[in-house]
Parts: sequence; structure tokens; C-alpha cells
Amino acid sequence: MEKERHVLVVFPHPDDEAFGVSGTIATYIKSGTPVTYACLTLGEMGRNMGNPPFTNRENLPKIRKQELQEAARILGIQDLRMLGYRDKTIEFEDEEKLTNTISSLIDELNPSLIITFYPGYSVHPDHDATGAAVVRAVEKLPAAARPKLHCVAFSNDCVEKLGEADIIRDISPVFETKLAAIKAHRSQTEQMLADMSEKLKNQDPQVLAWINNERFWTYKFTK
Amino acid sequence: MEFVDVKRVQDLINHFANKDVYIHLETTNGAYATHYDQSFFSAGAYIRNALVRYELGKITGNGPYRVGLKMNIGWIYAEGITHFEIDELGRLLLAGHDHKGKLAVALEISPTPFE
Repeated sequence: MEKERHVLVVFPHPDDEAFGVSGTIATYIKSGTPVTYACLTLGEMGRNMGNPPFTNRENLPKIRKQELQEAARILGIQDLRMLGYRDKTIEFEDEEKLTNTISSLIDELNPSLIITFYPGYSVHPDHDATGAAVVRAVEKLPAAARPKLHCVAFSNDCVEKLGEADIIRDISPVFETKLAAIKAHRSQTEQMLADMSEKLKNQDPQVLAWINNERFWTYKFTK
Repeated sequence: MEFVDVKRVQDLINHFANKDVYIHLETTNGAYATHYDQSFFSAGAYIRNALVRYELGKITGNGPYRVGLKMNIGWIYAEGITHFEIDELGRLLLAGHDHKGKLAVALEISPTPFE
């Protein structure tokens, strides 16, 4: 893994970082690379309330904020930014305002690597809109001054359209840390992990591969 | 939240009648529905902080329940309601959770604007 000056991670929801990239985050932090996580919303529109429900629509954001802070603590993230947007509204925000929000983070932190979602290939409208805002912000920089941009994609057509991911990172050395970060988002992951626990116990190769391999597509700028 | 107690919910609905109230109404099947099943037609709607005044409100059905609010110039309704709660701010939170416990519908009535 190439040495980075500073890594900036930009996702819209608490828990977006946990599934796809928390192994990568933990690995960078272990090697002494500072990581900033900018999380646009508090996942206010999440549908998992526990079964039976232990929270409700109005209290969910408070719980998810604590879960996000706990996941950041587990991963060793020192710089967590909660940007105060609202879940499921990112695509309806003013695009220039969003771009400027990301640009000011880039100006302040001067990251050598940014990690976000691949616009158009990330299923949730907030994912696509967040990735698009990051791309617009990076595109404003002269090509030689741009940080690298590694994107997460998981739409059904992503491999067909983008080709295989050019970075497939084995994060098994930090497997336990990643699992703990996923667990920290209890309201959203408890049920999923319960469904998966038998397979985890039996070291099911498919589940282990899903957790241990983090895939990134290096963004190809057209501008 | 607790399972709907029809009498208590009806009393609470009555309590907010003929007053200015703020409404949160949403239906959702989740942003991933079509990702997991391409034949699924994803739809939902969301209103937060509609300021209204209703003259008549009812909870009906045998569970999951339906709730309708009649206004001078229109209607608000939700179906699939399974749970309710009066929270610390005195707001009536109604929600419908599916068989896996995921929120599918919410109708909330508040004397003050939602955050």
C-alpha cells in the first residue's frame, strides 16, 4: 500500500465507512497516516429500528451519531466531521454548495488520497450524489495537483460498465477491527450480523471474502 | 415504541384535533429494494413539517392500522401502522414496521416543528 500524506474519506451515512473501507482506514491509521472522515448525514432515514423497535424515527439520528463516534474511535479516526446534511436529500441540494463544502475540506487538509463512492455505480442516491460532489471538487484542481481518488462501487452493473476494480485490498490483518466497526453501528447492523453469525463462526469463505476484500476503482477523470 | 393500543392512540389523535400541528409523513421501501430485486418498483414519499390543522382524526382496522386526518381542505392518511409512542416532547409518533422490524411508514403529529 502506497504511503499517503493524508487520507480524506467522504460518505453520506454513518456505516457507509464500515462495510466497504473500514479495513483500509484501520490499515492507514496503523501505519501512521492521518485519516479524516467527513460524513454528510446522520442516517436520519434509516429503516432499522431494532426488532422489537428500541428507537424511533426522531431518536434514530442521536443513536446513529453515537454509533458513528464509536466506530471512529474503534478505527482510530481522530478527525471526524459531521457535515449536517439530511439523509436522502443530498441529490436535491444545491450542487455548487456541495462542491464548495468538499473543496474547502480539500483546501484545508491537502489529502493525497480521497475515498468516496463512484458516482452512478453506488445504488443509493445519496451515495451517487456524494461521489459526484467529490469528483466536481477534485476536477476544479489542475490535473497535476489532484489527489488520487479511489471509489467504492457496488451497483449490479458496476463490473460490466467499469471493469474489475483496479485495487483489491486484503484487509485480513485488521479483520477484528473491521468487524468491531461494523458492530458499532448496532442499530443498522445487529440483525444482519445475527443472520451472518453462523457463517462467521464456520469461517464461511464467501462471508470472509466479503469482509476481507475491499475493492476500489481509481476514478478516471474526463476533464 | 409500543404496539398500538387503539383507545390510547385515538385519545391522543383527539387531543391534537383543531390545533395547529406539524406533520411528518413518510413511506419507504428502502433505497436498496430495486438493487436486490430488479422487478421491484421502488416508491416512497416524505413530508416533514407540514403545518396543518385537522378537525377529525381516526385510527381504524384490526392491525396493522390505518390513520386518517380530515382537514378543512383535504386529507392526510397512513396505512400499515403497528407501533406508537408519545415522546418526551409530547409528540405522537406512529410507525409501521414490517415483518423484519424495518420501518415502512411513519406518521407523526407534533405541537412544535420537527428538528
